[in-house]
Amino acid sequence: MNFEEHAGKAVLRAHGIETPGGVLAASVEEAARAAERLGPCVVKAQVAAGKRGKAGGIKLAADPGAARAAAAAILGMAIGEHRVDRLLVEAQVPIAREMYAAVLNDPAAKGPLLLFSAEGGMDIEEIAATHPDALVRMPLDIRKGVDGQTLAAALPASLPCDRAALVALLGRLYEAYVRSDAELLEINPLVVTKDGRLVALDCKLVMDDSAIPRHAELARTGTPDTLTSLEAKAKALGLKFIELDGNVGVLANGAGLTMTTMDAVRHYGGSPANFMEIGGESYTKAKPALELVLANPRVKCLLVNFCGAFARTDVMTEGVVGAWQELNPRIPIFFTIHGTNEDEAIALVKSRLGITPFDLMDDAVKAAVEAAR
Amino acid sequence: MILGGSESVLVLGITGKQGTFWSERMRDYGTRIVGGVNPKRAGERHLDLPVWASARDAARSMRIDAAVMFIPPFGVKEAALDAIEAGIGKIVCLTEHVPVHDTMYVLAAARERGVRLIGPNTAGIVTVGECFAGFMPAFNPRVFQPGDVGVISRSGSLGTLLCLNLVQVGLGIRAFIGIGGDPVIGTTTRDALVALDQDAGTKAVALVGEIGGSMEEEAAEYARSMKKPIAAFIAGAASPPGKRMGHAGAIVMGNKGSYAGKKAALEAAGVTVCATPFGVAEALRDLRR
Repeated sequence: MNFEEHAGKAVLRAHGIETPGGVLAASVEEAARAAERLGPCVVKAQVAAGKRGKAGGIKLAADPGAARAAAAAILGMAIGEHRVDRLLVEAQVPIAREMYAAVLNDPAAKGPLLLFSAEGGMDIEEIAATHPDALVRMPLDIRKGVDGQTLAAALPASLPCDRAALVALLGRLYEAYVRSDAELLEINPLVVTKDGRLVALDCKLVMDDSAIPRHAELARTGTPDTLTSLEAKAKALGLKFIELDGNVGVLANGAGLTMTTMDAVRHYGGSPANFMEIGGESYTKAKPALELVLANPRVKCLLVNFCGAFARTDVMTEGVVGAWQELNPRIPIFFTIHGTNEDEAIALVKSRLGITPFDLMDDAVKAAVEAAR
Repeated sequence: MILGGSESVLVLGITGKQGTFWSERMRDYGTRIVGGVNPKRAGERHLDLPVWASARDAARSMRIDAAVMFIPPFGVKEAALDAIEAGIGKIVCLTEHVPVHDTMYVLAAARERGVRLIGPNTAGIVTVGECFAGFMPAFNPRVFQPGDVGVISRSGSLGTLLCLNLVQVGLGIRAFIGIGGDPVIGTTTRDALVALDQDAGTKAVALVGEIGGSMEEEAAEYARSMKKPIAAFIAGAASPPGKRMGHAGAIVMGNKGSYAGKKAALEAAGVTVCATPFGVAEALRDLRR
């Protein structure tokens, strides 16, 4: 789950990391009022997306009039797949130096990784490319956390700020990462002010979706994925569904098999209309899954690919066949079914729909692609 | 990580619906299930097997070589640490949606004790004709026939399809290693590849990868040194670009993760990369001729 800047900064502040004074604003008037109170400020689009600055979503404002103009320009703007409906108006900070700090899950080391660079303000990719020697990477044991002495020694010999203060801040950043089950918690830039304070000017927080149930309160401040109305309906039913722009409807079990079915459609010259996975715990939900796939008017045929290990193919097929007869769509359907209870599943398709599932997935895909032309 | 039929296996969460169903299947197939764990049912018998309060208790009574976990996501950390503490050398964690921080905690403890963890979010491992741990249809003769191909897959359903395709072209399978679909897992593609390379019964490898992460690239580095033929399929060529990757994540991976990058890395290492799973089966059949 992604978090907008202001929500990420609230997490930082709760762990004792300073952020600029700021106010959320949902209108031009609110932005102007905030600027009256804060003085020279920055008006920042609140969307959970990168490159806000490059998209024109961050503007400096010297006075309330300028803040009003900035807010008018940014509100309603589209950044990535988001529309801006909220702004963070923050006091300007006298910057002496921009640095970079982050903690993230590192699959290679199978543990947390702390990143720091005294060169910040640009993308981490750019830092790694232009200042590779300045980038400190410190793998951590999540059972032990950050050891201050080790960290102090791992930081660059020359720093633009107080070493002890930086070590303390990185320790707090790590605590915040652990306590929010973050995949990534990033401060970029982490600035050294002209009077020597460390201030988080921006914040990116991504929480592990699997951990959301144990962070109900924090998760309420996160940003739900942008979903189409059909995708939202699927999510409410506990189904994984992504709409695509093709015309071959795809229904399969398991993430790997569903992706593979889409790949095969593309490989044989067709274009998949969706990703719809009904494996795992959701294998009894074939009927609502089918209704969602067919609700897309572009779908010209349906390709069903079941390969059951944990999931029983007869249960999934029963659901599909039942829904198919009920909805009676005027499009062709193609099956390929293997694995647990496949004999029963294949017999069901033959007796109730009068068609024979393909023995080979590739043949089923070719037939579906042909039918969608 | 190839389980032997003589190895004793403890089932964590044996009394649940899935634990019960699959323990029976595993035992029928040849897995040496010696008992299970459920703190609330300690001292009882289930499926005519002893139930202990903890893996540590079980290990005090008998030698346990491996554990397979049918445990809900938020119970995984405690149960896995118990099994590690008990000195069990192999742990198969099937659970989906385990918080990644919990996985990392368990893996740090496992590394310290020299424990091999497979998963989380795996369908399990199969030693064909001998035993299995997890929920793979090992007992389905259309999917699994004994032979000498080793199969590595992140996904259970796709791995099942690939095994079936191998059998369809007349090949047999030595072992299936499901490594799991989570972003952080105990046994990587490379780890599984090394195990199959060192296994005398494996003569060729079918590798199923997925977009995201850098495991296929790391495996490719090892594949370079291998003499056994390898054919691979990478799922996700037609998937929209991933939304889950953060910027910092991308840099740590060295910008690895795309289909094209994985295909190129594997091909440069001499691996045959195929457009469909059935293509992998055909390629291995042809390579063996």
